[in-house]
Amino acid sequence: MFWLKAQRENKMHSLHRKIAGHLLALLATVLFGGLLSATLVRLAPGFDADERVLDPHLNAASTHALEGARHRDDNILYFYFSYLIRAGHGDLGNSSALGQPVRALLRERLPLTVRLLGIGLGLSWLLASMLALSAAWLRLSIYDAMTTIVSGGLLCLPAAVLALLSVLWNLPGSIAIALIVFPHTYRYAHNLLVKIYSRPHILAARARGLSEVRILFRHVVPVVMPQMFALAGVSVSMAIGAAIPVEALCGLPGIGALAWQAALARDLPLLVNITILVTLVTLLANSSADVIGSMLRGQEA
Amino acid sequence: MRLGRILWFAVLAIALGASGAANWLAPAGYAKQYREATDARPSAEHWLGTDELGRDRFARVLYGTRISLLLAPAAALLSTLLAALIGGLAGYLGGVWSRIAMAVTDLFLSLPWLFLLITVRALMPLNVSPFVSVLVTFLLLGLLGWTVAARVLCASAASVRSSDFVRQAKAAGLSGQRLFWVHVVPNLKPVLYAQFWISIPVFILSEANLGILGLGVAEPMPSWGSLLKELESLVSVGAEPWKFVPLVLLVLVVTSFQILLSKQEEAAG
Repeated sequence: MFWLKAQRENKMHSLHRKIAGHLLALLATVLFGGLLSATLVRLAPGFDADERVLDPHLNAASTHALEGARHRDDNILYFYFSYLIRAGHGDLGNSSALGQPVRALLRERLPLTVRLLGIGLGLSWLLASMLALSAAWLRLSIYDAMTTIVSGGLLCLPAAVLALLSVLWNLPGSIAIALIVFPHTYRYAHNLLVKIYSRPHILAARARGLSEVRILFRHVVPVVMPQMFALAGVSVSMAIGAAIPVEALCGLPGIGALAWQAALARDLPLLVNITILVTLVTLLANSSADVIGSMLRGQEA
Repeated sequence: MRLGRILWFAVLAIALGASGAANWLAPAGYAKQYREATDARPSAEHWLGTDELGRDRFARVLYGTRISLLLAPAAALLSTLLAALIGGLAGYLGGVWSRIAMAVTDLFLSLPWLFLLITVRALMPLNVSPFVSVLVTFLLLGLLGWTVAARVLCASAASVRSSDFVRQAKAAGLSGQRLFWVHVVPNLKPVLYAQFWISIPVFILSEANLGILGLGVAEPMPSWGSLLKELESLVSVGAEPWKFVPLVLLVLVVTSFQILLSKQEEAAG
């Protein structure tokens, strides 16, 4: 009894250490990612140019004030640390291109992107897991070949083309996201399930007459879950990347389109915030998948 | 299976051959305008019609294929060399060097590839000459696309470093530099080749994405990306099917790369 309790405590301790390590790495990467993005924007050609100073309606004092505001961002470390201090107090700065508070812009655009990514990811996971599972169950070479051709064909199409096709066919942007993510998730899930279904204990279970549903939930799902969670974490990153061309080409006013506008306008405050947000979401998704996977593996052991 | 591979190899060879012979096959240069025949339908004179500026679409597809098929491998070579340098050295040196290199790699990997690429490309000069835009686009692909390969190479180099023959060579008194070049690098060659070939279709697709968003190769120079931008003006899929020829060609070439490289992918792990 004492030995079991000690083992459980050991497991919990190592899980806590893992979570703490992930959080530290996440914080460091997010901070460094923000600094890197700020540096890139600062070094980008045309950053010093501000077309507003060319406005003939502005007097000398206003032009001077605009130039002064721009020069404050010249020292990248000063800009970044003052940004972090302000962000700590909830002030994310103002977008220099759109002239609105970044916080308000993000709050306005975030729901659409979350909905787009949520539906797109849900659809792609559903489609990938259903097709992969049916391919592993049926074990028909023609069915396998057909699903492989469909996913392989989608894999060879640029994300922006899928976005354009969704506009042409009047399909929602979430379908484009689903079709961009699906081939990657399907390929991995299919290979994983085929491998698991060819294991000796599954063959033995089938030979003993166990139902397919029982085999699936008792012998397949517990084994594949940790890896499927890792795949889910990676697919979040893919979907975020795909959101830029989809939103920009489908005319959807989400975070992807905002990132696109910010990059083109060299909007330093907006781009730094979006980079931090994207890095944070990607790392959170990957770290959560890793921690959940470890917990499931621990349970399995 | 073997016949299938031969067929896909033939597709790739035809695309390469036709783009290489563009000077002879194309009825005119990619920038020549037929102002009396703008946005024309396919005809005996213009096999794929003309674009809205009156340029022969067939000629632009051939020259665009040449640019995409020449520069994607160049970008893949650059990214593989960078990956070999960063990942290979990190894996070979181990310890703190490996941790630093992998932390930098993780930082790049934490940003989605398309987000990183589009953001950085948008920050580069956009109003440049067509030739410079080609260089900027493909240099960027090469400079940003090394991370996944570096991770694989770091793991491979670390496993070579801890192998018995390297330990024996170390015990025999071989210098670190000689050990790296004579014993570690030759053992990384299969992984390097695999990473190089795998990167090519990825870069072809990435250039196409950039081109459609207007961040790729500048006009009048064609590339698959800039040719696909034409699809934006379509009102329906069936209206002008000849405008899909660059897309079909891109899909065929990328598919042939994927099929011919499936064995390389296994080698790369």
